[in-house]
Amino acid sequence: MSTAFPREAANLPYKLPPPLFDARCRACWFTVALLVLVIASFVTLELDWAAFASLEAGRSMYRFMAEFFPPDVSPKFVSKVVSAAWETLAMSALGTVMAAVLGLALAVPASRMSKQDSAWLRSPTRWLLNALRAIPELVWAALLLISAGLGPMAGTLALALHTSGVLGRLFAEAMENIPTGPGDALRTQGVGPLRVFAFATLPQVLPQLMSYTLYRWENNIRAAAVLGVVGAGGLGQMLSFNMGLFLMNKTATILGAMLLMVACVDVLSFTLRRWLNR
Amino acid sequence: MSANPLPQAQLAFAGKLRDPDFSSRVFWLSLALLTLWPLGVATEFRPWVLWEPDNRKVTLDFLASFWPLVHDAEFMRMVARETWRTVAMATAGVTLALLLAVPMSLMAARVLSLSALSGRMNRWPALVRWCVRATLIVLRSIPELVWALVFVRVVGLGPTAGVLAIALTYGGMLGKVYAEIFESGESHATHTLMRNGSGRLQAFVYALLPSHAAELASYTVYRWECAIRSSVVLGFVGAGGLGQQLDNSMKMFNGGEVATLLLVFMALVAIADSVSAWLRRALS
Repeated sequence: MSTAFPREAANLPYKLPPPLFDARCRACWFTVALLVLVIASFVTLELDWAAFASLEAGRSMYRFMAEFFPPDVSPKFVSKVVSAAWETLAMSALGTVMAAVLGLALAVPASRMSKQDSAWLRSPTRWLLNALRAIPELVWAALLLISAGLGPMAGTLALALHTSGVLGRLFAEAMENIPTGPGDALRTQGVGPLRVFAFATLPQVLPQLMSYTLYRWENNIRAAAVLGVVGAGGLGQMLSFNMGLFLMNKTATILGAMLLMVACVDVLSFTLRRWLNR
Repeated sequence: MSANPLPQAQLAFAGKLRDPDFSSRVFWLSLALLTLWPLGVATEFRPWVLWEPDNRKVTLDFLASFWPLVHDAEFMRMVARETWRTVAMATAGVTLALLLAVPMSLMAARVLSLSALSGRMNRWPALVRWCVRATLIVLRSIPELVWALVFVRVVGLGPTAGVLAIALTYGGMLGKVYAEIFESGESHATHTLMRNGSGRLQAFVYALLPSHAAELASYTVYRWECAIRSSVVLGFVGAGGLGQQLDNSMKMFNGGEVATLLLVFMALVAIADSVSAWLRRALS
């Protein structure tokens, strides 16, 4: 501070400290609401604090974790895990492909292609897409078990249904956001809607659709790994089976396989996407 | 795609025009079908099974029992209680996740390293950062459902397992993304503070946090919305909430209850979706 001027006025102006809570302040109300929500959640849940904040809990957790070692790596079991992992991978891939096809089929009526397009199906299709998307894969799988029976098919269909909701919406947004020039050029020549779609719309959005689909595939591998917990096949089914029987060494192998698979897919998908966006 | 508009005279031959991309389309389509075949075999994908008389009857009976919806007072009270429990599990889980994510993201963020200000980071801090990052990645790559399965064994059935599962998975996700957010933006103010001798926590509170607050808050709100969705799923392994009721009703083939619960769930997701969208708009 320079010394030429006094630091403070001779008579300080009388100032109230700023109020901590101002009835007109939206952020204050929001903070209060947030605090109430958090406190109410903790209070009403009847959480078993002792179960995870005591020495005893730590010891039982440690015992539980220690049982995981050593993982069962006998060739017979590993080959079973590998085949389950392949099943999971196949479920996710097939589910994603089906979802991409179904999503594309639903995205066409759900998007307004040109200004002249009345798109009367737009809202009902979007409602359908939202409904498909709102129900998680696991709930779809549990529902589909009733008609498809236990096994990977229920899981595949569940992934396909949920993902088609997600992808359909993304595809529809992508199609509505492209430049309309090429499509209009074809339309003014009297080309029908199907060929406009195939030769103008699709080539423009295809890289984006591919990238969305790959991204969802990555998510779906994670999802497919756990879908089996309700009995829909793959690694998850093996996991819940072995964990139910407290075969912890086998469980550890399965968990390791899950982690490895997810990591591999992350790397692969990252590389592929970079290659596509190059 | 032909770029040149056709002269009128050629339009007569429009039917005979060749698709210039024909061979490549056929090639890719057949390649795709060939790849899909083993996948179909591996997943025992036989959709016609759905249409076999037995299955068809079961499915149609189940679907028919969706109507009328069950809506007696006792059931609706139960639904309301479980809905709140689902929201509470998500909220408590995300709160605990924040307790985990904030310190870890501070440890993992490269921007807050003093030694990195002048060239390379020292060896030990770099190792610690790397370890924290690896922990976050492991935490988030184990799905919450698996965490829940583990915790149900350790702490027993009930919301505690669900809250812990959400806390660990979302702690990993939030921590990793927070660290990425810290490193993505403008780091000038932070570095200036640290170069002039402020502590790392001071630099965080006065420079890094204010410049990224909106982004952090909006991502957290988005994750809270995701946590509501996943807390329903966690109910399926016995963590309480709507999911557990849904599972019970499905196992008893009580279509009316299933339909009500699904509708309530969809409404809950829609409300969380719009609340989160509104909050994120207000934040930006």
